[in-house]
Amino acid sequence: MDQHLLTIVLAAPLAGLLVLLFLPSKSKSLIRVWANIASLAGFAVSLPLVWKFHVGAPGFQFVERADWIPSLGAHYLVGIDGISLLLVMLTTLMGFVATLCSWSGVNDRLKEYYAMFLLLQTGMIGVFISLDFFLFYIFWELVLVPMYFIIGVWGGPRKLYAAIKFFLYTLAGSVLMLLGILTLYFQHYSQFGFYTFEISQLMKLQLPLGVQQWVFWAFFLGFAIKVPMFPFHTWLPDAHVEAPTAGSVILAAVLLKMGTYGFLRFSLPLLPQASMDQTIVRVLAALSIVGIVYGALVSLMQKDWKKLVAYSSVSHLGFCTLGIFSLNPNGIAGSVLQQINHGISTGMLFLVIGVIYERRHTREIAEYGGLAHVMPRFAKIFAFAMLSSAGLPLLNGFVGEFTILQGAFEANRIWAVFAVTGVILGAAYLLWLYQRTMLGQVTNPKNLGLPDLNFRECAVFAPLVVWAIWIGVYPKPYFDLLRQPVTEIVERVKPGYFAQAAAVGGTDDRFLSSVTARGRADARLDRLTIGPQVANLPHKTGTSVGTSAGVAGRSACSTLPCGGAR
Amino acid sequence: MNFLDQIWLIPLVPLGGAVLMLLLGRLLDPQPVSEVALAPGVGPQKHGHTGHGHHPHSPLKFLVSLICPGTVLVSFLLSAAAVLQLSSLPHKVHEVIQFTWISAMPFHMANGHMAVFHVDWGFLLDPLSGVMILVVTGVGFLIHVYSIGYMAHDNGYYRFFGYLNLFVFFMLMLVLANNYTLLFVGWEGVGLCSYLLIGFYFHKKSAADAGKKAFVVNRVGDAGFILGMLLMLSVLGTVRFTEVNALLRSGQFVTETAGFGVLSVMALAMFFGATGKSAQIPLYIWLPDAMEGPTPVSALIHAATMVTAGVYMVARSSALYELTPHTSMIVAVVGALTAILAASIALVQNDIKRVLAYSTVSQLGYMFLALGVGAYWVAVFHLFTHAFFKALLFLCSGSVIHAMGGEQDMRRMGGLKDKIPVTHWTMWVGSVAIAGIPGLAGFFSKDEILWQTFHSPKGSAALYVIGLATAAMTAFYMWRLMNMTFYGKSHVEPETARHIHESPWTMTVPLSVLAAGSVLVGWLGTPKLWTVFTDAFRGFPRWLEPVFELAEKGEAGNTAATEWSLMLLSVAVAAAGIALAYLFYTKRPSIPERIYERFRGLHKVLYNKWYVDEIYDFLFVNGMCKGGGRAMGAFDREVVDGGVNGAGWLTRFLALVSMWWDRWIVDGTVRFTGFFVRMLSYPATMIETGRVQAYALFVVAGVLAFLGYYVVR
Repeated sequence: MDQHLLTIVLAAPLAGLLVLLFLPSKSKSLIRVWANIASLAGFAVSLPLVWKFHVGAPGFQFVERADWIPSLGAHYLVGIDGISLLLVMLTTLMGFVATLCSWSGVNDRLKEYYAMFLLLQTGMIGVFISLDFFLFYIFWELVLVPMYFIIGVWGGPRKLYAAIKFFLYTLAGSVLMLLGILTLYFQHYSQFGFYTFEISQLMKLQLPLGVQQWVFWAFFLGFAIKVPMFPFHTWLPDAHVEAPTAGSVILAAVLLKMGTYGFLRFSLPLLPQASMDQTIVRVLAALSIVGIVYGALVSLMQKDWKKLVAYSSVSHLGFCTLGIFSLNPNGIAGSVLQQINHGISTGMLFLVIGVIYERRHTREIAEYGGLAHVMPRFAKIFAFAMLSSAGLPLLNGFVGEFTILQGAFEANRIWAVFAVTGVILGAAYLLWLYQRTMLGQVTNPKNLGLPDLNFRECAVFAPLVVWAIWIGVYPKPYFDLLRQPVTEIVERVKPGYFAQAAAVGGTDDRFLSSVTARGRADARLDRLTIGPQVANLPHKTGTSVGTSAGVAGRSACSTLPCGGAR
Repeated sequence: MNFLDQIWLIPLVPLGGAVLMLLLGRLLDPQPVSEVALAPGVGPQKHGHTGHGHHPHSPLKFLVSLICPGTVLVSFLLSAAAVLQLSSLPHKVHEVIQFTWISAMPFHMANGHMAVFHVDWGFLLDPLSGVMILVVTGVGFLIHVYSIGYMAHDNGYYRFFGYLNLFVFFMLMLVLANNYTLLFVGWEGVGLCSYLLIGFYFHKKSAADAGKKAFVVNRVGDAGFILGMLLMLSVLGTVRFTEVNALLRSGQFVTETAGFGVLSVMALAMFFGATGKSAQIPLYIWLPDAMEGPTPVSALIHAATMVTAGVYMVARSSALYELTPHTSMIVAVVGALTAILAASIALVQNDIKRVLAYSTVSQLGYMFLALGVGAYWVAVFHLFTHAFFKALLFLCSGSVIHAMGGEQDMRRMGGLKDKIPVTHWTMWVGSVAIAGIPGLAGFFSKDEILWQTFHSPKGSAALYVIGLATAAMTAFYMWRLMNMTFYGKSHVEPETARHIHESPWTMTVPLSVLAAGSVLVGWLGTPKLWTVFTDAFRGFPRWLEPVFELAEKGEAGNTAATEWSLMLLSVAVAAAGIALAYLFYTKRPSIPERIYERFRGLHKVLYNKWYVDEIYDFLFVNGMCKGGGRAMGAFDREVVDGGVNGAGWLTRFLALVSMWWDRWIVDGTVRFTGFFVRMLSYPATMIETGRVQAYALFVVAGVLAFLGYYVVR
């Protein structure tokens, strides 16, 4: 059963879709109920992944493998590590949230609408679990189709423009990515004598730097457009603005993560030398920082509520890519966490817009004002989403942002100095948006008597609120989950990064926990009273070091990973 | 019971109150429907203290008044018990680590060593945080009680108390945290509560604006704080106070006397954070606007507790600032300049709360001056005394405003002394205390600051003069306030005058307690000079000694004569300030008018707060942010998206050309070929008609032609 778990998760939405096709188009409530059941079931079957996942185990888990097109070397090969587990869970949860939030917002072509979402769901899960490039590419492209229709059919006034822009833009990127994949594919043949798309095989390639760089840029275009990184971001505001609420939610929460995930899963491990290349790193970090500041500044001046949030995504995703190209453990771990955080926070912000759009059918900020008087519950939820997005400590955003900043600071202090301005501007545009829409007097008579959130709408927000608080207050499980895969990536890109630590003993988890214990095994003793003398010794414990004090302890420490400034 | 291990309860109890209020408060205190229906054109609904009893009291509302102050009282009792137990510990430090908060990954420190980015959720109780929690919960409780009376008629009673409790939670997190990152949780959290409470009357644009301004300006400072923390992680590998201090005091780091080193930058970045939270130059501008919030908020957040967070943080980092004389110098100069700048603005303001707001900025400047010259305990001492008398002054001003039905302009007050006697006498005590008259709290702490500024090796005579001038101005503006409000001729409008009444006991009792505090707490830190008093009267410095671990500096020579004369000097300027204010605003109101006529320009500059807000607006808000945002937006639309659309347009143009080419050239060739062949075959088609007669005719004609040919030949 366990080895088929991923396949079940992948197929669950398709099964729901199959049943949906046989439901009569006339009975709308039946379709609605069934679509919600199906997406909830999709989430439910993914839950066992969480508790059956073996935290800290190297490599991929729940791996399932079958030959698919042997002559091409294409396989059905799926598996997840900590990074993909988080993204899969984000996908299944957001899939349900998106379905639930469309209950009353969408009325025409219901069956097709929900069918598209279920198809999209499978595509997204597939992207995050594929370990074979052929399979990955199919899912990657599969995602485009339902999203194209969701924007193009159920979208706003300029839906056709937005849908075509979205489709062509991302397709252009992915075609270049395909060239990169094929380069690797043929290189593998010339080096090993057989064709395969299997990623673990392709990782054995020894490529000259020049080739790696070419492939890197090809991948870069595919992923950077998806993220989207500056200056490839302009499809995003249009797509977001025109997409229906659920489409925006999925687009922001999950689809964009395909790009950052691509960098983490493919660019870095497959092309380590290119990823380390100073020019490439500098360009990517510069684009990320420009994205952070630029996205924030542009959102400051938006008049359209949804466009504002869309540009804030550019800013937040800038943090994610900056973390990745810090190429150190904290940058990457923070980046993954921030991807989840962005899914939660921006997902909530788009849901907030959806709620109000359903009532008033306009996204002009100037149309609103004083809504907090009319819809107090809504105002609270929006405030929560805003604070979570602005990175208030004890909510999710802070942990991710701060970890990324730590990583960026380690890589290059100037990066962190620039990136931190995004934190300021983030508060500015969100608070201003909140003030213009929620505070003050009700100036527009159309806003009087708007109904507050109903039970279903509260239920849509509830899981995200809980998740945001969980990550904010107790992010340890997430870091535990990410430690192993991130370590593997860093080892690949920067071999010897952990060398100092590894000399101490043990591998992976054990050495990390011994490092964790640097001078703070006391962290495990839940409570203790220390006087200044005792506290004077920062390395008084250090489990692997043994209790050492004085000069001997210090000289021992200098060769050991015990961090204190020697 | 071991209260030391239960310090986690101290912040948690108010958090419980806050959660309860924000989730269920509406059930206890149902909001009137009228709040909702704000039709345009109807105009602002009467909110605030003006609208007496415009919605019926809910029978359960008293529960709100019971729960919220109650949680803070419980916190206070727990704090007191814990501090009591702390005092019996030999080292007076107690650290409790509850769980791991951020357990991120290893990283390379600046020196190439490995460290782990690891942040605990832990609490540190030492004398410094002990003082802070007692102030926060003690003064906090009194202000909660006061709010019961003050906010009784406001809409959103439960909301107010929920925010207030949330604030107490975050403030306790701030002062109890055992590391900088967890301190930052409280740091941002109190900023959030400040935002929520400043914007409590959010239907007013000015209130919403002020809240936003406070939050964003604070965020600017926070950016500095974050960078300071990152630098600390990079250099020291940890953010935990005990470890940081131990490392810094271990002797591995030398005092950076030569110039700006990495530690100086770190200290400066953190101080930049403090300038945001504690309203110092260049980020003080948010605090005066913050007076849009209800007065208890001004007293609790913007006078007694939150704004002192920066002082607390710098005092907490004393080990760092001891190593960075250049940054300390900057701290002292910024503090002194802020003190005098704010005092100069306070001289001419007419809004009673704005005077107090600038006074707070100025007093905070004193604290930073003390920190900058290395007198950490004195800064904390001034923080402590200031918490009492400034909270008192704010609450009294609230009581005045309450009595005046919402009026805040001092020009429309006067002669209130006998109408609201309790308010008057308590405010009198507060004003004497802040002016620096011996015997009351403000004297002891302020005088010690001035003395240390003069005497300490880090201080200087110039800073002392600035401090002394500020002291004179302080006495003057406070007594200007007293004279304009309570004495002299009444300028109260007759309609308002009829409603003037003393506040209910829930308000006057906290006033009296704080007034008693404003008299007494100063005696915990009497000057060494006053040898008649025993050590019991110098408990405060001795209590804080273990925190700062500063070697007792030997008294260089006999400075007693200097100290006595400086003390007399500062008392003299304070008395002069008071006398001058009495002369100007009660005895001879014509004098200030003449001065005003004479120095109209200067008055205008002071009244408009040196135009700093306008300059900032021009440079940062409109210039960098809005201008930049607009420019970037245009760039995004025209250039970046223009590129994309251009690519689309080009593609379509090429497609059009191709289509034309295809139709007329490529296909044209094909069709021309066909046409050409058809043209060629045209003659042939002429004869191919399909009519048998014609063919028969051709045959006959052919035969005849052949025959003719042979016949003719």
